[in-house]
Amino acid sequence: MTIRNKIEMRNVFKSFGTKHVLQGINLDIPVGSSMVIIGGSGTGKSVMLKCVLGLIQADKGSIKVDGQEMIGSSTRAREEMMKKFGMLFQGGALFDSLPVWYNVAFGLIHGKDMGKKDARILAIEKLESVGMGEAIADLYPAELSGGMQKRVALARAIATNPEIIFFDEPTTGLDPIMADVINELIGKCVKNLGATALTITHDMASAKKIADHIAMIHEGKIVWTGPVEDLEKSGNPYVDQFIHGRADGPITDPQSNLLKSA
Amino acid sequence: MVLAIEPMKKYPWRLNNLHVKHGVMNAAVELLREKIPFVQSMCQAIGHSIINVVQALGSITMFVLQTLRHCLTPPIFIKHVLRQFIDIGYYSLPVVGMTALFTGMVLALQSYTGFSRFNAESAIASVVALSITRELSPVLAGLMVAGRVGAAIAAEIGTMRVTEQIDALSTLSVNPTKYLVVPRVIAGTIMLPILVLIGDIIGVYGGYIVSTHVLGFSSGSYLYQTWQVLENMDIISGLVKAAAFGFLVTLMGCYHGYNSGRGAQGVGRATTNAVVTASILILIFNYLLTQVFFS
Ligand SMILES: Nc1ncnc2c1ncn2[C@@H]1O[C@H](COP(=O)(O)OP(=O)(O)OP(=O)(O)O)[C@@H](O)[C@H]1O
Ligand SMILES: [Mg+2]
Repeated sequence: MTIRNKIEMRNVFKSFGTKHVLQGINLDIPVGSSMVIIGGSGTGKSVMLKCVLGLIQADKGSIKVDGQEMIGSSTRAREEMMKKFGMLFQGGALFDSLPVWYNVAFGLIHGKDMGKKDARILAIEKLESVGMGEAIADLYPAELSGGMQKRVALARAIATNPEIIFFDEPTTGLDPIMADVINELIGKCVKNLGATALTITHDMASAKKIADHIAMIHEGKIVWTGPVEDLEKSGNPYVDQFIHGRADGPITDPQSNLLKSA
Repeated sequence: MVLAIEPMKKYPWRLNNLHVKHGVMNAAVELLREKIPFVQSMCQAIGHSIINVVQALGSITMFVLQTLRHCLTPPIFIKHVLRQFIDIGYYSLPVVGMTALFTGMVLALQSYTGFSRFNAESAIASVVALSITRELSPVLAGLMVAGRVGAAIAAEIGTMRVTEQIDALSTLSVNPTKYLVVPRVIAGTIMLPILVLIGDIIGVYGGYIVSTHVLGFSSGSYLYQTWQVLENMDIISGLVKAAAFGFLVTLMGCYHGYNSGRGAQGVGRATTNAVVTASILILIFNYLLTQVFFS
């Protein structure tokens, strides 16, 4: 039997106290595809990624990666599984006590036992692929601009050529040209390296560019999922409202009031 | 019983003839019923804090077991251990040295007041030597290091938690306990005894300075007396205590930092908790270890 889905989520629930963030997520991500998640701010997109990674313990449900159940699995099994993953955190999460090149090379040195010299060369290659280079390799993350930090974090996420890559808002805070470079880079990771990508973004142009499939999350559930070509003609009121950025529609929770006043 | 409620509401503390009719027991029940919200919330508060304490103990125990397991299984990040030796050990030398010096000096001065009527010279040397090596050097060094190192560890690891750097470690296939906690705990457990040994020497020397220069005793007999009174066990017990304190301080720093709440406030609270719990544990374990060694 071949496994068609890299990741399968079934009825995933997660609450923080009385705050019910995920309320039964069902989502399949086919092998080698690029899935984009859209949805309002604070609807639990980042929490969902962290549940898959086991950084947040889901309350209920099933998350399978390569057919292997992640919820309730042993620490060792999860650590083994982590080697397949790369993650770009929304806030970057760079190690601020280490220079930029070491940040990028971290997974190579500690996860793949690569020598420091080779790792540094590879790290600088990865930095070049995100539009930076040797010049910043020896700086510390605090010495970089926000957008540069984001790109370093991106370089770190893809440095080990992982099978599954999560991008949490990769283009937020970048200028339009650099955003397009990043979009292309993500496309390249999927097409050339055969990785499975899961990207969170608010940027519809970028979503259309990198996605094979799109899923929309609202109030802790996936309300629509389908191929990117169908996005415009989804017939789903949530999706229509979201992609056109309209103030009136079924999405009326307090967070989207921000959208209204804008 | 129902009748009794009305007057009860006005004067719940006063018994009236209705109460007498219905019996004192009923009155008491009514009184209690009126107070139920209060009693309930009190029980709830007590219950909550008991649950919290049990939960904290459980999670600390798990944390300790995990740390010990990772201490014993390779790989160990040797370079990080060495760096922590410098951070925890070397940079704590000045503060531990100063504490020991002045403690030794003040001990000599104070015990002179008390012992001047007796055989002051030999008594002061013994008091200084014994109290420094057995108690003061380990406890004060422990408390000083708790303030200096425990706080720094909690702040550093807490910041890493808040900025998701600890999550990032896991996604890069590095176990955060192994990478962050183990080197600090190993370094603390090894370095504190060394600091205390140095503190012992400086403390005794402090007493010696005051005795010879201020109180005018002969230096030869002071040193001889110190040598006479000290036994191996005095020093060893102090060093064992120091190792325990070093473990506790670094462990508390790591534990509170690792479980830090969100935001700057969370890190601040983690830092405070690390220092407070470490200090209290030092005092408790000091008593327990003293009982083990000297009873
Ligand atoms: N560790 C946590 N403790 C308590 N609540 C949390 C925690 N992490 C997230 N939340 C809550 O879960 C909700 C979803 O958060 P999440 O970060 O997933 O939003 P998001 O969809 O990624 O939003 P954005 O697009 O703004 O990044 C938020 O309301 C947040 O307050
Ligand atoms: Mg998010």
